[in-house]
Amino acid sequence: MGEPQKVAGKRNAVLQVKIPVTVKEGYHVNSNQPSEEYLIPLKLTWTAMGALEGGTVTYPKPALEKYEFSEQPLSVYTGGFLLVANFKVAANAPAGPGAATGKLRYQACSNRACYPPKTVDITVSYQVQ
Amino acid sequence: MPVPRLSSAFALALLAACFLTGCGSEPRSVKAANPVKAVTDRRPAPEFALKDADGKTVRLEDYKGKVVLLDFFATWCGPCKIEIPWFMELERKNKDKGFSVLGVSMDDEGWEVVKPFLADLGVNYRVVIGNDATAQIYGGVDALPTTFLIDRNGKIAAVHIGLASKKVFEDGIEQLLQDPGGIIKDNADASRGMALPAFSPRTNTK
Repeated sequence: MGEPQKVAGKRNAVLQVKIPVTVKEGYHVNSNQPSEEYLIPLKLTWTAMGALEGGTVTYPKPALEKYEFSEQPLSVYTGGFLLVANFKVAANAPAGPGAATGKLRYQACSNRACYPPKTVDITVSYQVQ
Repeated sequence: MPVPRLSSAFALALLAACFLTGCGSEPRSVKAANPVKAVTDRRPAPEFALKDADGKTVRLEDYKGKVVLLDFFATWCGPCKIEIPWFMELERKNKDKGFSVLGVSMDDEGWEVVKPFLADLGVNYRVVIGNDATAQIYGGVDALPTTFLIDRNGKIAAVHIGLASKKVFEDGIEQLLQDPGGIIKDNADASRGMALPAFSPRTNTK
């Protein structure tokens, strides 16, 4: 994959950043609002936003899937999907490049086994015009 | 709309997650027709020293002479929650025959989450908190549940990665309980069975 395109905007501009996620075939991750309390949700949090504000995340509509180990369908994501991060450029943002960094936590299972929760780093590069 | 790179990192993490299972969705479980390995194919179960809910140290050698079902699980693991009631039943039915279940929780949060989980399910067997070192010496336990059947001589007779069937556990335990102890009857058996563990008998862990 190539380098991500930079997000650009003027001060006070609203920016929506699409973050593509791919789950390997045969596996699923719990959605951001799992069906059961004991399940670990998908969650994107920002550790540093630089000149950006907000950062609320819009999660896609999950699928309800039945698995061998679940009595009721589980709220999950499979295959490819997009997370959308909603930012606003700060009113006093200095012109120039910057980056917002965050962490995406997920917990994956197959139809018969589950794997420990993992966290991957997310970086959104931006340019204040 | 410009998009930051993620999917390659995420895919890499998923690849790591599925490494042990060979990226397949089916567990590598022994068929019910052969629920346990032949005695000569069994290797010693690695020793460990882990703490139970009362803070007491539990070692595998404490179970010498018993058939042990060693279950690596976590409170966030759905398939584990299916198997645990089976193990409770097996404990109830076979504890007087020289059988014990020992649960190893791989929850990072430790007893704070495990104690209420066990109370909620009414778990009737001993549970300890595991760690990465123990997972490593047992072959790198990553997929949960991963369950080992250990014979009276402390040898691993079966391994089940992922949700298995209740029958395969029942059959395996029954067979191991019938085994008088895998007694080595002659020198030929002794030479085949004397594989030493590749680590010290006592592993000091938290």
